[in-house]
Amino acid sequence: MSSAARGATTFPAAAGAGLADQTLRANLARATGTIRARRTAAAGELPDWEELRERGRRIKDGTLARLDEHLLTFEAAATDAGATVHWARDADEANATVIGLMRAAGFTEAVKVKSLTTDEIGLNDALTAAGMHATETDLAELILQLDGDWSSHILVPAIHRNRHEIGDIFRRTIADDGLTDEPADLAEAARLHLRRRFLDTQVGICGANFAVAETGSICILESEGNGRMCTTLPRTLIAVVGIEKLLPRWDDLSVMLQLLPRSSTGERMNPYTSVITGVSQDDGPQHLHIVLLDNGRSAVLADPEGRDALRCIRCSACLNVCPVYQRTGGHAYGSIYPGPIGAILTPQLDPTPATRSLPYASTLCGACYAVCPVKIDIPRILVHLRSQTPKPPAERAAMRVLAWAFGSRRRFERLQRVGRRLAPLGNRLPGPAAAWRRSREMPAAPQQSFREWWHDRRP
Amino acid sequence: MRASLFITCFNDTLSPETGRATVDLLERLGHEVEFREAQTCCGQMHLNSGYRDEARDLARRFVKVFHDAEVIVTPSASCAGMVRESYPLLLGSDAGDVPGRVFELTELLYDRLGVSDTGASFAERVCYHPTCHSLRNLGLGDRPEQLLRTVHGLELLPLEDADQCCGFGGTFAVKNADVSAAMLADKLDRIEESGAQVVTAVDNSCLMHIQGGLRRRRSSVRAMHIAEILAR
Repeated sequence: MSSAARGATTFPAAAGAGLADQTLRANLARATGTIRARRTAAAGELPDWEELRERGRRIKDGTLARLDEHLLTFEAAATDAGATVHWARDADEANATVIGLMRAAGFTEAVKVKSLTTDEIGLNDALTAAGMHATETDLAELILQLDGDWSSHILVPAIHRNRHEIGDIFRRTIADDGLTDEPADLAEAARLHLRRRFLDTQVGICGANFAVAETGSICILESEGNGRMCTTLPRTLIAVVGIEKLLPRWDDLSVMLQLLPRSSTGERMNPYTSVITGVSQDDGPQHLHIVLLDNGRSAVLADPEGRDALRCIRCSACLNVCPVYQRTGGHAYGSIYPGPIGAILTPQLDPTPATRSLPYASTLCGACYAVCPVKIDIPRILVHLRSQTPKPPAERAAMRVLAWAFGSRRRFERLQRVGRRLAPLGNRLPGPAAAWRRSREMPAAPQQSFREWWHDRRP
Repeated sequence: MRASLFITCFNDTLSPETGRATVDLLERLGHEVEFREAQTCCGQMHLNSGYRDEARDLARRFVKVFHDAEVIVTPSASCAGMVRESYPLLLGSDAGDVPGRVFELTELLYDRLGVSDTGASFAERVCYHPTCHSLRNLGLGDRPEQLLRTVHGLELLPLEDADQCCGFGGTFAVKNADVSAAMLADKLDRIEESGAQVVTAVDNSCLMHIQGGLRRRRSSVRAMHIAEILAR
């Protein structure tokens, strides 16, 4: 798998599994409800929150407007600091680069920091195919890796699992039958499993939340400290960084480090924030490789109406407030980027018949836009992407006829009269009418339209 | 004031009683209402379903019909939002100042006419569902509830998770019918738990979806547009 998308099922078809799974719905409702309340409180206590959002938006827009220059600045600064910068046009190039670096260093094992970008390019599968192996060290990512599962939430990848399910996975894979489902015991089992690997493994692999052009630094935010183990203990560190992660200036981090934790976990400050600038003698990794990844991003940048999606800082606030995501879970989106941001990002990064159903996976309720820390107008981009999507012929014909009827008063009034006569058929028609009737009664057609009443009323 | 009624194609065809109530209410408050019969549809359905060219034609038509109307009033937050937010994007300067002259009914009453009491009487228990476009596009806030509170005999009951979408979403209701139904089920639960006899809102499209669900459940709760309450 070498793209954001997973599988070839459209959203409406894939949504069924999540909707039918009562355990999943309950897990999701509880988890998103908790994070949502924390975000609201964390954002609400800052009097200048709206101003911060606006600054975040401007920083990202400014970066994207001159991304080519910032990337070269980053490359020069990172190289000066002792890192080696690689460029990857797509997932295959990025995977080949990582595999080549591991091979050159003479290692087949790596420990990984939670990274969406490496999930996007399917790095773990590519490593396996090359006879190598990477251990996920983020607790949630580890759970998924042990279970052969994949992420359903940007911040909380195993949000679809409760602790009893996690206990079952651990007892099956890394712990004995005596393990309880208590969170502390589960964490201890993971700790014992991972500690040996941290000490033995010579290659660390990470992504980056931000990359600062003027200093050549990469910045990683995490909550467990396991990420820092991966970025400090191994001799070689390989970072795979999407080109949209750039920030021009060091000072820009101050805005992002306020926006991101409050939007994602609802914390005032992120627990483990690591900034890595090149290499230091006898301290931390002695070889730092940074793979700058395009994988469709340049094409997104070329679309003036779609490019705002690249502002995203992967906080997941939009998932937590999305009424659709809460009902279906993340897997229905068939992408490692689920929820509202996934619905605008995935079809742009990876346009396929399946991902083209994603812009329709929204009621356009606007809850996502209201919380986005970099003010991505997700509903507007959804509508834009819908306009780019090939339509089913029957729908296209019906919409054209309607538009033609709406084009004149006389035709519209005739349509109203015909519609009224045919209304009783609505209870038997297939297609959209049948989809409506599955959960709702059809509306009763009134005897008279408003305009007929108005007409009669005037002398 | 002379208000030009933008009824919306949906209300014109499926909810004429909302239009009649809007006319009655404004006339009772001493305003003149006109209805331009050339109007048809604002193009929202086409735009949101991905038919931008068709939507642009309808937007152009709307601007032509209403170009010299002083104040345009509509009993639909989502259609008001369409004209106000999307017309400038679709038409650029051709939209003129028409978008700025469109008001949703409660917005017109509360902000522009300074009405807080419409003089209505409606002795029932009511809960108010703030539709997404009224809340997040128009920013109506609690204006509709302020108007409902002054209705004689009306008991306004709180609705849990009020700001959660009902699951209508235009063609979403049929394209993603199962997700839509799951969202609706939760909304209906909250409505029934509120103890209300009537659920009201500023958009009949959402109310059609809610009413359809209530009838399927054989619920005793009725859905009713806010204009029909304020005109009583």
